[in-house]
Amino acid sequence: MTAGKTGRIIVLHLAVIAALFAAQYFLPAYHHGNVARILVLASFAVGYNLLLGYTGLLSLGHAMFFAAGMYGAGLPLYYFDIGVIPAFGLGLLASLALAFCFGLLALRTSGVAFLIVTLMFAQAFFLATLYFNEITLGDQGFVLSEQARTLNLGGVGFSFADPTVKYNAALLLFACCMLGCLALVRSPIGRVWMAIRENEPRTRMLGYDSYRYKLLALVLSGVMSGAAGAGYALLFAYVGSTFASIQYSIFALLWALLGGVGTVLGPLVGAGLMFYLVDIAGDFTSSYLLVVGVVLVVLILWYPKGLLGSLRERWLPWLP
Amino acid sequence: MAAVTLLETRAVAKHFGGLAAVDAVDFRLNEGEIRAIIGPNGAGKTTLVSLISGRLAPSSGSITFEGEDITRLKSYQRVGRGIVYTFQVTSIYRNLSCYENVALAAQRSLARGLVGSLFGSERAVAERVEAAIHRVNLTDRLDLPAGELAYGHQRLLEVAMGLALDPKLLILDEPTQGLSQGETVSFCALIRELAKSATILLIEHNMSVVLELAERITVMDRGAIIAEGAPDEIERNSAVQRAYLGTGDAEA
Repeated sequence: MTAGKTGRIIVLHLAVIAALFAAQYFLPAYHHGNVARILVLASFAVGYNLLLGYTGLLSLGHAMFFAAGMYGAGLPLYYFDIGVIPAFGLGLLASLALAFCFGLLALRTSGVAFLIVTLMFAQAFFLATLYFNEITLGDQGFVLSEQARTLNLGGVGFSFADPTVKYNAALLLFACCMLGCLALVRSPIGRVWMAIRENEPRTRMLGYDSYRYKLLALVLSGVMSGAAGAGYALLFAYVGSTFASIQYSIFALLWALLGGVGTVLGPLVGAGLMFYLVDIAGDFTSSYLLVVGVVLVVLILWYPKGLLGSLRERWLPWLP
Repeated sequence: MAAVTLLETRAVAKHFGGLAAVDAVDFRLNEGEIRAIIGPNGAGKTTLVSLISGRLAPSSGSITFEGEDITRLKSYQRVGRGIVYTFQVTSIYRNLSCYENVALAAQRSLARGLVGSLFGSERAVAERVEAAIHRVNLTDRLDLPAGELAYGHQRLLEVAMGLALDPKLLILDEPTQGLSQGETVSFCALIRELAKSATILLIEHNMSVVLELAERITVMDRGAIIAEGAPDEIERNSAVQRAYLGTGDAEA
């Protein structure tokens, strides 16, 4: 019954990755850099969407996981020059530890209370990055040297300052997050997550310990966000407390909403669209956020389920 | 043949503030029987089965299932033991397909825990879903969103979800409520069929259904059990008549 459907889904997602890979040979330098950035931000949004779109938990604190990955990778690299791969690993570890400890506490609440708890924790995290500004250099941040951002593989150095390396590393990160998300939501665990989203008490009466499933979703979502943060530090060289601010939590929410909550590719569409919306509006006016706001209102009015969400509802019911 | 006790509650009670919804109830259920619980509104029937299924924690008393104390087990752990509750208000995943609804139940009974569910075989899940759906006769609606089913079919879907959990004790809370006469008749046949593989505990207002299905009837009023017995004994019982009719004994 589902064999043809599965084939179609896999082909679609691999085609998206292939198209993004091919795009680097056609894109002008300016857009080349932009797309690399969008891919990293989209990885963050994919992680966010795992929690909001599939498990139904609305968080306003995901910037803290992004920043945990960013500082987890950036600080050791900045102070001790430990190498790219150990730094990335530490970034993942930092976001994993944070998401796990945070989840143990925050998941005792639900609904609006959960939202507030995420917001509070993220705010405390943000303020901590400012408070310890002797280490983190606060909102001024720090820049990673090109030497620290060079990956040595068998004697060959790949510098993340090089546009080609940067683009393909960003694509690799995004492909891992996107395919990971696809595999998860189509697995038995994804099925339970969606059941929790639809009706949590019923899911408990079907014999599932919903707390553990939500904790797993939060941890994986946090790690994906952290991977994006660590990737951002490595690829774009800058680490600063702005990325821990509420603004970035809201961005993740908007990207997911715009592209389609609960769709695997929606976060990419949302992040890309928002990025260029800000970019183009910025050319015409300094109050570009106003333009962005109006466009968002219009989109949400006509496409309340986001672009891909609406597409799925009307024409492509098989879209995961 | 001596009957084997499947479930037993000892002095189990549930207080909501000052109100004793269930007051020190001793209740015993034998393996393989079809038992009906009847009683006026607010008698504590749903509260009692909620205590049994673990949706509510008792204020006092104990519950044993298959000889083991399950009083402290959470609802999802009791599902693992084989106690399955189907809701009084139809509670399905309206946005998910019928297949997905039943697959959630099938997957639970096939896999052990969160890690186990990662390695479960989708084919085994599919087989179990198809078997459960076939038993309630909804095979042709497998891919339909559950919310688009007719009401009677939603109740059947709910039963299929219960079945896919492979229950030892299936608790049906007013299963025929809102069904047409014809649907009720086929529902009774279905319950009789289910009783071959599971013990059935039934809360029901429709007395013709109760009299047709139940081997024994437990009558509750104001949080307590006031009578228990075979259907014809219950029909003659004066305490039952008093509870239902408000008057009605010979001496009055």
